[in-house]
Amino acid sequence: MKILALLKRVPDTEAKILINQEGTGIKDEGVKYVINTYDEYAVEEGLRLKEKMGGTSTVTVICVGPEEATELIRTALAMGADDAVHVCDKTLERPDPFVIAALMAKAIKAEGFDIIFCGKQAIDDDMGQVQSILAEMLDIPQVNVATAFEIAADAKRATVRRRVEGGDEKVETSLPVIISCEKGLNDPRYASLPGIMKAKKKEIRKKTLADLGFSQVPGEARSTILRWLPPPKSSGCTMVKAEEMRDAAKELVRLLREEAKVV
Amino acid sequence: MANDILVFGEIRGGGIKKITKELIGAARRVSAETGGAIDTALIGAGARAAAEGLTGYGLRKIVVAEDEALARYSTEGYAAVLSDIAKRGAYSYVFLGATAMGRDLGPRVAARADGVMFSDCVDVRMEGSRCVARRPVYSGRAYIEIARSGDRQNYISIRPNNIAPAEPSGGGTPIETHASNVMRDAIRAMVTEIFPLEGGRPDLTEADVIVTGGRAMKDKANFKILEDLADLLGAAVGASRAAVDAGFAPVAIQVGQTGKIVNPKLYIACGISGAIQHLAGMRTSKVIVAINKDPNAPIFERATYGIVGDLFEVVPLLTEELKKVL
Repeated sequence: MKILALLKRVPDTEAKILINQEGTGIKDEGVKYVINTYDEYAVEEGLRLKEKMGGTSTVTVICVGPEEATELIRTALAMGADDAVHVCDKTLERPDPFVIAALMAKAIKAEGFDIIFCGKQAIDDDMGQVQSILAEMLDIPQVNVATAFEIAADAKRATVRRRVEGGDEKVETSLPVIISCEKGLNDPRYASLPGIMKAKKKEIRKKTLADLGFSQVPGEARSTILRWLPPPKSSGCTMVKAEEMRDAAKELVRLLREEAKVV
Repeated sequence: MANDILVFGEIRGGGIKKITKELIGAARRVSAETGGAIDTALIGAGARAAAEGLTGYGLRKIVVAEDEALARYSTEGYAAVLSDIAKRGAYSYVFLGATAMGRDLGPRVAARADGVMFSDCVDVRMEGSRCVARRPVYSGRAYIEIARSGDRQNYISIRPNNIAPAEPSGGGTPIETHASNVMRDAIRAMVTEIFPLEGGRPDLTEADVIVTGGRAMKDKANFKILEDLADLLGAAVGASRAAVDAGFAPVAIQVGQTGKIVNPKLYIACGISGAIQHLAGMRTSKVIVAINKDPNAPIFERATYGIVGDLFEVVPLLTEELKKVL
């Protein structure tokens, strides 16, 4: 079984995000980059499926990202992925979900696949679109926000649980399919020392736009970011104090009813 | 293009979901400037009956599709119908809820239309001749304002609880039936079972009031005191990542960057310190109450009202005092 896991390089969840002087993006200095949290679940689920299927099953990591993404791809290889395709081109500046999907679709078609795992969204632009656009481009079904995955005995179908408002849905799907992963799906493994050693010898196939058959970034820009803004400031906290805690609670209830009018 | 807007409405339990009226509210803002018409599409079992509840909202028309194959949600079935409707109407904009359904469906349909999509927006407005959407990036640690380039069909998903729902404006709206040619057998991924969330409380992403507990809850059983307060307020119960990781609460109710992004009118944080990753999930709440023993907890910087104290003392008192007045 040919398993793909999609990967994106994003700022760490704890990174301090500040808008740059020009107001055209974020300050890059001091920001640590990591594998997108949800993509880790995708790599892990791919590895678990490979282990379950055994035989000649492989996990290939696909990443569209800058040169610096190489070290994160190595991390995924150290977790146990077999090889990787890294789409990397200097002309790619802040590619939107359509561009990323178009590049991935090309790379994925060249690779062939039975199943694709990816994160439910990347925690930088938080668009959560690439997987569904890809599904459309590849003409395959999609199951988003998966919290459980099970392959059928014949390996031609899978059962997926996905989170929706007010509960979970059980989805039955045929393969090939793309599954986007949610926290709770699994517990991603850490790279072991032997894994890290092995990863150094694994193949990362670098692809430029030209390698994928594009003479330029596919499609003209679909959108314009007009401005970057800091998050709205909090207007300050009213500390509710009293000698007796009961009186503080009473005062809080009064404020919520009379001032904030929310209860 | 005519600047017309299509609102993808959602149905639940035979009625219109609140997000649908919020989307109509957003569409009105845009159409007030552009003069474009607003249509609404409703797909699924009971669509026609639900549409009756929307006829007084100044819509040009409501398009319903309720074939057998659409009784339950499937990306493929709903995408086929929605893209048909969107294509026929040559809409400039298609508004969807940033809900499980809207998030799943939007990008797929936008791709089919070779359009452009902005996910998870918190505001839309006209700026000159452009429809500008505001949306958080980096989990709300920054925001961007974004507009389409050119005139591709623009899909915009809007977070629930952000835009005031439209009020009825009188008049009537014709309801059209869209005959889809979706075949159930052609759908490759299909919902076969639904497991409702236990407890019967509202969903976190839709709740007006949320009570959450952090690591200071110390134990799973202690969430009872939050549940008592939540039941009184008709609130949802949430937990911080620390509480989930410690095994006090299921991951399904985690609020934060790697959990649910919520936006209630009132958020009551109990024993939550306010790590960046938690704030990312709840910072847009209208009113935030923080109850924490540590006066230096970062949650107080974000809170509207704060009480420094032990949650095990404060929360039951708060419940008692609320009981007296509600």
